[in-house]
Amino acid sequence: MRIEAIGCEPLQLRRVHLENSRSLDVYRKNGGYEALKKVLDGMSPDDVISEVKKSALRGRGGAGFPTGMKWSFVPKDSPKAKYVVCNADESEPGTFKDRYLMERDPHMLIEGMLIAAYALSSKLTYIYTRGEYRYLIDIMDVAIEEARAAGLVGNNILGSNFSCEVHTHTGAGAYICGEETALLSSLEGMRGHPRMKPPFPAVSGLYASPTVVNNVETLTAVPDIIRMGGEAYQKLGTEKSGGTKLWSVSGHVNLPGVYELPMGYDDMEKFIMEDCQGIPNGKKLKAVIPGGSSVYIMRADQIFGKDVRMDYEGLVAAGSSVGSGGFIVMDETVDIFESTKNLTEFYKHESCGWCTPCREGTDWLVKVFKRIANGDGRPEDAQLMLDLCDNIEGKSFCPLGDAAAWPIQSAIKRFPEDFRKHLSNGNN
Amino acid sequence: MSTTLTQIKPLSQPVDLGVEAATFSAQVEAEIDRHLAKYPVMRSAILPLMFIVQRERGYLDPPGVLYLANRLSLRVTDIWEVATFYSMINTSPVGKYHIQVCKTLSCKIRGAGKITEHCSKKLGIKPGETTADGRFTLSEVECLGSCGTAPMFQINFDYHEDLTPEKVDQILGSLA
Repeated sequence: MRIEAIGCEPLQLRRVHLENSRSLDVYRKNGGYEALKKVLDGMSPDDVISEVKKSALRGRGGAGFPTGMKWSFVPKDSPKAKYVVCNADESEPGTFKDRYLMERDPHMLIEGMLIAAYALSSKLTYIYTRGEYRYLIDIMDVAIEEARAAGLVGNNILGSNFSCEVHTHTGAGAYICGEETALLSSLEGMRGHPRMKPPFPAVSGLYASPTVVNNVETLTAVPDIIRMGGEAYQKLGTEKSGGTKLWSVSGHVNLPGVYELPMGYDDMEKFIMEDCQGIPNGKKLKAVIPGGSSVYIMRADQIFGKDVRMDYEGLVAAGSSVGSGGFIVMDETVDIFESTKNLTEFYKHESCGWCTPCREGTDWLVKVFKRIANGDGRPEDAQLMLDLCDNIEGKSFCPLGDAAAWPIQSAIKRFPEDFRKHLSNGNN
Repeated sequence: MSTTLTQIKPLSQPVDLGVEAATFSAQVEAEIDRHLAKYPVMRSAILPLMFIVQRERGYLDPPGVLYLANRLSLRVTDIWEVATFYSMINTSPVGKYHIQVCKTLSCKIRGAGKITEHCSKKLGIKPGETTADGRFTLSEVECLGSCGTAPMFQINFDYHEDLTPEKVDQILGSLA
């Protein structure tokens, strides 16, 4: 597996190949905690938020919401404690970038959290990590203790008036806890059910207090934004999609891995065929799911010769989205009916059961998929599945329902032949 | 929902559950205290504590549940309610080695099915089953974030990636 920057100098990945990259010593020798020092030496919380706004950094967890704007929603005059929570519940199928950031460069995350906490006047922060990533929680705990011993975490950080705690927290196997309000329910010791918005977490989040929840990749971008300035960071990418982005590449490519690309990288065909060295065993590309399992699947002919720019706007124009950057490549041997069935089983398993459209809808969809797979497909089943999706999409309590519907809708529309094949086999 | 959290008062269990609460060594109690100290609200420590009980007792059994309820000043039903939501909390015994093969798309198209089949044959159990000697449980699980190194499985908390049948033999053979 390859971990490499393409088309730009490595930014978030610039320390990952150093020896002992996870130690405080190596981190500090390579620019670590300088941004925190810069912040404490003379930036106000508003200055920090303003730099992050200028950077055009958008949430890297999947939704792509502008980070600076999210931070500015936290009410400054609230007398309540404020919380910063890192979403390290990386569970979107096809996504594994946060894992390597935490494994190889844990202090970058701690520094990002401290800067965010300073900007939001938070004294208590949590890293909510998926339970399966136990070894990363251990790595983060060691790094936090190292930072504490060096006066970087705890009271009067670097001799300033700023005090802040960073704690790790474990999930226990629930995809839904990647949704920020479900994550907060879980962090409060409840079942991971999402909550009604509004109020948004910025106003009423953890313990009903103002809270910002950001993805690992988002928070680890913050030290560089402060170090180089928001504008310079933005210019690495495009006007609306600042900076660089990590792509987790898996499936049928010769060089899977974590790739850091500048936002707006041109283009997707070159990325697959040259940077990832194409499809193994001389096979042809059939489909790509570019942003984690929840985004629209793309046909090869939507990519080849189409100059698909790899950023938020470019991917929407090409008929999909950036999502989490979980880039799943499928060759001609993959049956898109089968791959969509696999993902639908995932969503059914992970539906939290809180709302009816998602709980019943995903269950019903899996039943239909299984019946078709058993040879009992009916010609009208494609329409039945689309109707079921229509009753989930936009009608579920949280975005998991939409995420379950989109892969099916796009697969039926873009690969009708793969579905037709199964439906005409039925014993009608 | 969350506003009531801070008002939770210590309570005794309303009914006799017919089990004695589990007890733990001073060392484990100290570990539990360290987790509790992280949060302004005790209940937040429920998942980390469940993992500790599970590690110490093999799974989250009724005495373990009663212990957690007492320790966190919650009702036994509160503990069950949370325990049954999360797939990593085992409310029934699992083997000493819990083999969890990732079955989601990236692993599937890189041969996860063959890995499950191979484990199944070698251990003589189907996914969801435990060997008669209680050593191995085989499960198929959803995406574990190892898509670039597929196929893979996790045994207890350890990741094993880029698997082949030969590599599986080697790994299973090395387990005592």
